[in-house]
Amino acid sequence: MELIKVENVTKVYKTGTVETQALRGISLTIQSGEFLALVGPSGSGKTTLLQLLGCLDQPSSGKIYLNNKDVSQLNRNQRADIRRGTIGFIFQFFALIPTLTAYENVEMPLLLNGLSSTERRQRVTELLETVRMSNRAHYRPDQLSGGEQQRVAVARALATHPLLILADEPTANLDTENGKQVMEVMQRLNQETGTTFIFATHDPRLFGYAQRTIVLRDGQIVENSHASSTQK
Amino acid sequence: MHSIIKIAYRNLGRNRRRSFFSALALALGLALLLLMAAFLRGEINSALDYTIRLKSGHLQIRAPSYDETKTSLKWDDLIQDPQSLIAQVAALPQVKDATPRLYATAILVSQNKSIGVQVFGIDPQATANQPYRDGIVSGQFLTPDDREGLLLGQPLAQKLGLQTGNRVNLSVNTANGDVNEQVFIVRGIFSTGTNAFDNATILLPLAKAQAITQSDNHASVIFILLKDSRYTDQVANALANLPYKILTWQTMNDMIIQTEDMANAYMMIFYLIVLAITASVIVNTLIMAVFERMREIGILAAIGWRAREILLLFLAETALLTIIGIGLGLIIGLMIITYFSNHGFYIGNMGISGYLIGNMIYTELTFSDTLKLSLITLLITLIAGLYPAILAARLEPVNALHGSQ
Repeated sequence: MELIKVENVTKVYKTGTVETQALRGISLTIQSGEFLALVGPSGSGKTTLLQLLGCLDQPSSGKIYLNNKDVSQLNRNQRADIRRGTIGFIFQFFALIPTLTAYENVEMPLLLNGLSSTERRQRVTELLETVRMSNRAHYRPDQLSGGEQQRVAVARALATHPLLILADEPTANLDTENGKQVMEVMQRLNQETGTTFIFATHDPRLFGYAQRTIVLRDGQIVENSHASSTQK
Repeated sequence: MHSIIKIAYRNLGRNRRRSFFSALALALGLALLLLMAAFLRGEINSALDYTIRLKSGHLQIRAPSYDETKTSLKWDDLIQDPQSLIAQVAALPQVKDATPRLYATAILVSQNKSIGVQVFGIDPQATANQPYRDGIVSGQFLTPDDREGLLLGQPLAQKLGLQTGNRVNLSVNTANGDVNEQVFIVRGIFSTGTNAFDNATILLPLAKAQAITQSDNHASVIFILLKDSRYTDQVANALANLPYKILTWQTMNDMIIQTEDMANAYMMIFYLIVLAITASVIVNTLIMAVFERMREIGILAAIGWRAREILLLFLAETALLTIIGIGLGLIIGLMIITYFSNHGFYIGNMGISGYLIGNMIYTELTFSDTLKLSLITLLITLIAGLYPAILAARLEPVNALHGSQ
């Protein structure tokens, strides 16, 4: 089933009088349940594309359909509502709310969705279990390692049963072992729950996790390839 | 909503010292306002209380042509045979006491000094004159038939270097426009605790005052004290059919009442200035928080918080900080006010005639003042807090995630 359809999308940033063309006519489709890597050097447009797919920003031109709905022209609040129910984010920096415990960070998106406390407890416990963080549930972010924080972020991204999880350089600040753990958790969740994962990276070690790799350069797709059987 | 408040509360705990000092600034501002309000109310109430007890009474009966400012002694301007009128007034159940008073202007001469004074001819036995009796600091009170004794206010005695038993020359204006002169003996010295009164008043027995001013069986006013000031209008109505002028304490003391209104208006401006200063401290704290937590705001937006919810988060932080500040302010303010309500606040010789103020002001804080000031504080700070909250809510998620505006 087609989850995302991007049609000839461009994004131009203006800084004063200087215009930067971050995306130059991107078109692609992504099927539900994919585990997809966006690859490319710094400045190639990976993050911009993720932000557009994640409804954090609007394209300068072109259309983006999420679940057959045109999301390219929605206003701020409409985009917030789409994000709330449909999309989970994992950032390069370990984007947890520092004043909340691991448990509360995972619980946060659920609070906005009006779940009962029992339902929330059940869901948060299950998610922390999935990312193997149950024993650290009541620690605050500053008491957790980078890898642990990122696993909590993965759990939070999954909390509302999103259709799509977007991860921007999720392992960039982690050592190899922790990076591997985070990627494996994401991969396992993709397989178990069928949630679509799109992650941006320029780390060649991660390419192997992806079922499909889209290579960007200077705001354009230069390669779109399915993984070979040598997948890690 | 609950989660917003929880996060707001914890956010304040992130920089405890900064939050504490912001709340403290607000607390001190509020404490100052409460003290000012309590001081003002204490002062006005004390002025009214002194003036009613010593000068105006709750009601006065005067001849229609009597002019207070001229202290006229012409018989036409006075009340003839005050005792019969008093019997009528005293029969009303709301009246505590009614007593005749005769006012005259005079010059007091002792050795080389002379001072203009107001003579109060009073009935020494009347309950209404108890404040003078209680105020005796040396010597004794007057008796009705004393023909050569007078009482002096303490500061006046000090100014003239007089003591109990000393002789003093008094020149008094009379009913027919002459001046009568007589040597009196200082029977006693009184202090009512209000310099403006004690500085310019001497007391004579009514009979002697009538004799020396040649006003025979006349009084300037009938001074009426009621059992409660609430009865004022009731009694005034009951006396309305008399061929005299009835004045209530409100009309006689309109200067105090106007002063109170004016003071309240000034105070409101003062409150707003103080609150604007304290609110700016809170706003500054929150603006810093917005800039420090920009990325976090981006995360909240990314997980689906709407602008409104981010706005509410920052408003909740403002509200919590303000509530803590108000709580602290109430504690500090009430402690200071309690101290001054018991020990008083010495202001010295501040009164003017017609506006008697005690030398000590005892602060009086009412529940309505406390509530009003606390609510104004909350409201102003919340309005001021809208700015950082809007700043946070307006951040574009993408920019916020990058930590830029």
